[in-house]
Amino acid sequence: MKTWRRNVLSGYSWLMLVFLYLPIAILMLYSFNDSRINAVWSGFTWKWYLSLFDNRQVMAALANSMTIGIISSVLATVLGTAAALAIKHYSLRWRTFVNGLIYLPIVIPEIMMGLALLVLFSQVHMELGKGTLIMAHVTFSMPYVMVIINARLADMGKELEEAAQDLGATPWGTLRHVTLPLIMPGIVAGFLMSFTLSLDDFIISFFVAGPNSTTLPLYIYGLVKRGVSPEVNALSTMLIVCTVLLVIIAELFRRKDSKTITY
Amino acid sequence: MLNKKPTKLLALPALLWLGALFVLPMLLIVMLSFWKRGTYGQVVYEFTANNYIRIVDPLYGQIFWDTFVVAILTTVLSILFGYPLSYYISRLERSKQQIWLLLVMIPFWINFLVRSYAWVIILRSQGVVNTILQSLGIISEPLPLLYNSGSVMLGMVYTLVPFMVLPIYVSLEQMDRRKLEAAYDLGATPWKAFWHVTLPMTKSGVVTGSILVFVSSIGMFVVPDVMGGAKSALMGNVIQNQFLSARDWPFGSALSIVLMLLSMLLILLFFKATKASEKKEGTA
Repeated sequence: MKTWRRNVLSGYSWLMLVFLYLPIAILMLYSFNDSRINAVWSGFTWKWYLSLFDNRQVMAALANSMTIGIISSVLATVLGTAAALAIKHYSLRWRTFVNGLIYLPIVIPEIMMGLALLVLFSQVHMELGKGTLIMAHVTFSMPYVMVIINARLADMGKELEEAAQDLGATPWGTLRHVTLPLIMPGIVAGFLMSFTLSLDDFIISFFVAGPNSTTLPLYIYGLVKRGVSPEVNALSTMLIVCTVLLVIIAELFRRKDSKTITY
Repeated sequence: MLNKKPTKLLALPALLWLGALFVLPMLLIVMLSFWKRGTYGQVVYEFTANNYIRIVDPLYGQIFWDTFVVAILTTVLSILFGYPLSYYISRLERSKQQIWLLLVMIPFWINFLVRSYAWVIILRSQGVVNTILQSLGIISEPLPLLYNSGSVMLGMVYTLVPFMVLPIYVSLEQMDRRKLEAAYDLGATPWKAFWHVTLPMTKSGVVTGSILVFVSSIGMFVVPDVMGGAKSALMGNVIQNQFLSARDWPFGSALSIVLMLLSMLLILLFFKATKASEKKEGTA
């Protein structure tokens, strides 16, 4: 009975993986198709990739996305983690108020934040570009970091920190040697989440990007609106490969971190 | 004071940041929604309630309705499809868990525009599915698989389901398994144990995941744009158009404020509902 249930669950989970990966695999496959008429396979080619490397706009968009993603997710993770650590010590009333303010950006549709930021930047006459994109990306990803860290801190409980302080650790010592190692998987998860959000973001970026700060999603959107083409497939595949490599590197780091915790 | 709890001050940078780049712009939008649009699309700083009066129109009512129906369906389907996967992952050995989490994380990292575009390759009339079916002689005319409400739902669930899997996994992982063992010791069937112990204890993950999915689908205008065609326009498409093409910022602001208030109302009702069921659990 137990194995029966387990088999169904495992079969279902494998099907979900197929569902998640099959479209991506097909997209990648067709980026190597010699024919411009996509669905019929007519031979292997690298030519769509070569044309991308010659395209200055593509290279500029790639560089913009990487710069904005890395800077904004580092800022969001630092600000979000610091705030979560502080809020834990607040009185219940303050904690409710501050958490309410911080979670508000999550319960507001992205498009609203995009246009609100556009209005702000235009009212203070700030030129739209990489700077405004980074500011926007930090604003929408920081609350997500906090959700993850808050959950981690809540589940950690107070016992270990109190034990450390009873043994004479300073508040900073407790933070560095007890709290931070314990929530490290949460911090990394938060960083991954904010980097994803930044790299993925189209809606908010659409409002606050300037003419010289086109990111990859903005560039791809322009191409997709013109229809299916092998160039979009190749560019998307490159984005996918970059992403997968980054995820694996990040995962290796996360495991290194979690090894220092003895369960 | 500072010496005792120096960590208390760590929230200050985040709060200042959100004050300047979130609270202030939101107030600006509220003000803007009561101002007038000038002849050339500029903002005229004169009070008017006209932007809100214009919204009371069956045309906009229909679009609001469609937007919320799609968002709620996306959330419900994501819970139904995501929970079993989270559950499976949380019950694996730790080394396998890491691999599965990575496998769920990877599509989640991949740009959602790219992921909806992948479905266009598969579903369009000269796409993979239609080509295969036609070459097998099963159909003679291509099936209209794309540019309808079904394809929009597929695209929404496909792009947003990882948002559901991760928070539910986290809450399942952190659950106190001893309570589950206690339920079994007291003779609960696996289904009862799941329904009365596991599910209530992982409610926080479901709530977090639902809010992430719901809010992402409310603001979504790319999936309907790429996979939905002209008739599947949602509120996001209308608002985006007011800001970037029609250049009626005050009316666009009013539309977005109504959208935001309605979605917050729904989230509040959702919270109330989960709290109410918690109380029921408590007295039972």
